[in-house]
Amino acid sequence: MTWDIALILGIDGLANGAIYLLAGLGLVLIFSVTRVVFVPFGDIAAFAALTLAAFEADRMPPTIGLVACVTLLALLTEAVSVLRKGEAARLPKVLLLWGVLPLLPCALAWAVARPGVPVAAQVAASVLLVVPLAPLLGRIVFQPIADASALVLLIVSLALHFLLSGLGLLFFGPEGSRTQPLATGSITLADGFTVSGQVLLMVVAAIVLSGLFFLVFERTVAGKALRATAVNRVGARLVGIRPARTALLAYGCASLLGGLVGVLIAPVTTMYYDSGFLIGLKAFVAAIVGGLASYPVTAVGALAVGVLESFSSFWSGALKDVIVFSLLIPVLMARSYMASQHEEEVEEVEQ
Amino acid sequence: MTRTASRLVIAALALAIAMVPQCLGGFTVSLLNDVGLASLVVIGLVLITGIGGVTSFGQAAFVGIAAYGTAWLTTAHGLSPWLGLLFALALTGASALAIGMLTLRLGSHFLSLSTIAWGLSIALLFGNVEALGRHSGLSNVPPLRIGDWSLAEPKAIYYLIWVLVGLALVISRNLLDSRPGRAVRSLRGGSILLASVGADAYRVKLCLFVVAALLAGLSGWLYAHMNRFVSPSPFDVRASIEYLLMGVAGGLGNLLGAVLGAGLVLALKNALQDVLPLFTQRAGQIEAIVFATVFIALLHFARGGLMGFVRAWRQRRAKSQGAVRDVDLATPVEALPQRQMPAPGSLLLSVKGVVKRFGGLLAVNDVSFDVRAAEIVGLIGPNGAGKSTMFNLVTRTLSMSSGQMQFLGKDISRLRQRDVACLGMARTFQHVKLRPHMSLLDNVALGAHARGGAGFLRAALRLDRREERQIRQEAQRQLERIGLGERAHEMAGSLPLGTQRILEIARALAADPLLLVLDEPAAGLRRKEKQELGALLRKLRSEGVTILIVEHDMDFVMRLVDRLVVMSFGSKLIEGLPAEVRSDERVQAAYLGTTT
Repeated sequence: MTWDIALILGIDGLANGAIYLLAGLGLVLIFSVTRVVFVPFGDIAAFAALTLAAFEADRMPPTIGLVACVTLLALLTEAVSVLRKGEAARLPKVLLLWGVLPLLPCALAWAVARPGVPVAAQVAASVLLVVPLAPLLGRIVFQPIADASALVLLIVSLALHFLLSGLGLLFFGPEGSRTQPLATGSITLADGFTVSGQVLLMVVAAIVLSGLFFLVFERTVAGKALRATAVNRVGARLVGIRPARTALLAYGCASLLGGLVGVLIAPVTTMYYDSGFLIGLKAFVAAIVGGLASYPVTAVGALAVGVLESFSSFWSGALKDVIVFSLLIPVLMARSYMASQHEEEVEEVEQ
Repeated sequence: MTRTASRLVIAALALAIAMVPQCLGGFTVSLLNDVGLASLVVIGLVLITGIGGVTSFGQAAFVGIAAYGTAWLTTAHGLSPWLGLLFALALTGASALAIGMLTLRLGSHFLSLSTIAWGLSIALLFGNVEALGRHSGLSNVPPLRIGDWSLAEPKAIYYLIWVLVGLALVISRNLLDSRPGRAVRSLRGGSILLASVGADAYRVKLCLFVVAALLAGLSGWLYAHMNRFVSPSPFDVRASIEYLLMGVAGGLGNLLGAVLGAGLVLALKNALQDVLPLFTQRAGQIEAIVFATVFIALLHFARGGLMGFVRAWRQRRAKSQGAVRDVDLATPVEALPQRQMPAPGSLLLSVKGVVKRFGGLLAVNDVSFDVRAAEIVGLIGPNGAGKSTMFNLVTRTLSMSSGQMQFLGKDISRLRQRDVACLGMARTFQHVKLRPHMSLLDNVALGAHARGGAGFLRAALRLDRREERQIRQEAQRQLERIGLGERAHEMAGSLPLGTQRILEIARALAADPLLLVLDEPAAGLRRKEKQELGALLRKLRSEGVTILIVEHDMDFVMRLVDRLVVMSFGSKLIEGLPAEVRSDERVQAAYLGTTT
């Protein structure tokens, strides 16, 4: 391996790392607030990418139908739970919040799905269209079992991923697509060595977004509520924070991140309906490096995973995923040793 | 259900299974073959996940290792499938041992995540190794033969599969109903509980993990020779999750649930494959969606699975039926050997200059005291005095920063909790650690763990019955000693807290301890219960048992103990007779504050 190749692989790894960083942030966000390891994160990213591809091909994105179906389900779930509590007076509000609000991005997407609409609008519509997905799924699937053990939540989350990838195949079909680069041109760093605009955009987007995240968490009340719920759910509830509402906020933010990951990665990788799984899992390796809690360490982990992936794909393209996932085991061991001070009570079997 | 009735049901089931190839068509037989193969894996999953508490997303990888192992040996080297069986099991066992040693010390949900990692990696490896045929897999795997009888036909291999399923069920049941089985069933109580009775949670988990993998391996071996073709896709994480779904559908805590769950899921899958094409052209895609939906709904509404309903029904029945006859208790057998009690007054435990620091906090500062045989020593002090830390240091749950500790003249400063438990130091817990879904008898028998020696193999083959009877009868004796002999077969979780504390003492006594270390045994007890507890402890002392007691309840302690050690702010304040301590000004100041 020469220095040139190493440099190219390094830049490539940096771009991968940027993607895993954004996805990792989303996973940590959801996990810390709800204890759910949100495996379907990658599917949401893939849906955003495929939506953008549909816009480019001047087709109506099937995502609209998907989001509408999920909205209907969530609306039913919420309406039933409100009726059961005997609070029929809240129904109009429920209808507005769970029925109309998630359909707004659908309307937007429907409006921009025609030739001649600027790319920026289509990109924005693609991202916005998937934003309702995680909160709606969280409402339907996770909120009713919010008190279940972390393991049950993990199993449900995996099942939900298979459900979504099944839906993905149904709505988008098995074909893969790749979109136009969002940024064209390139920057020459040294003679014969260039960095494409798209890669630069990915890295800059990751830095800006994670910085923004940091600000929101440190400086705003909503961010502080999220952090409080993450630290102690009961305590947060005692000071008037509603865990269900914070969870929705977390799902929403993560969904937004998922959408951004999707449109950023679509121009550099061919995306299929099920491509999200591996992206999510690798982001997950990064998130675990951060102990599913620390954002800065997650960032370091994301970069490490990205670079490791790009180098191992140079050595053995077929085994690169094996290498990345095998990395998880030593990382988990290290984390477990660091956390082994206090005995973890294993939950009782539910029967 | 009585014992004979449940035997009848099982016999009827076995007969029904044996009759299937005679009465039903080839399609049903093939389906049942698949159910049998899946059952083997899910039985392992019930053991490791349902009972052991380790959620594994990687069982299919073990099926794959065995299937590829035997397929490779029989196609590339032309060896007999029976050699393939040995090779497949050895390979699966070795892989499970290696993976288990690497990962089983991880905390519970980190551990499950790591199973996804290796489950994915192993399945990806199959598709990328040249010798294993990459993504196209290995074909022309020879069928099984017994002498001249070929088992290539589904109807022929059917019997082998179901005999193996039956064996797996019997072996697993034997295993759970034994000394190592009690440790397995207590894994969810945490490693400290197991260490307190002299068992090693990590080792128990590792053995269980290997057993589960071997069952998966057996299934993989059968799979390879039944389908005569292996490719990577049936062994990926998706398949592992399907096994988990079967387990959940049947009820993860129950062995028969494994077979029921496998049957239910595969039958449902088959029905979907038949019905969906009538409505849609995309049946394959819809199937996955319906499947995932059913799984999620199941976890929402019936986490106990099918056996959850059966269990609820049986519990209702059991309540109306009354006492159970226990063969192990009825068969006379000689008692377990007992330790020689040290002469009263001889030095049993000596603590010298013990220091414990947590970072900058000095929790225990240079504390020394002795405990002599057949006396009751109380360790008291105001809140935050370092009593609990001292307790954890004595029982070796915590390691000390410096100092020396001797038990029976032996230096125990470097030993682990498990080792001092084996030396004859038994403890109870401030926050009761009983297994709520195990009977009183089983909970107490767990205490005698270190007095037996039967391992997984002896238990699985039922070669442990003599020792098991000794242990259970010892447990029954201890239950009678604390006055719960009549309720031996009730569940521990149904007892009120005060009785649970006493039950913990019975568990500690089952270990035949020289020193009993009690952590606030009177907390939460009513006055009458306290009096009974005091009487019990005095009786134990008269029998030669030495007791070190950490307690808050002054009145209770003062009436009970021979000597007191008072701690305050991490240091020893005073040591002496109850009357001396009571009149000491420093003690009064420590409890009530100084007046100036």
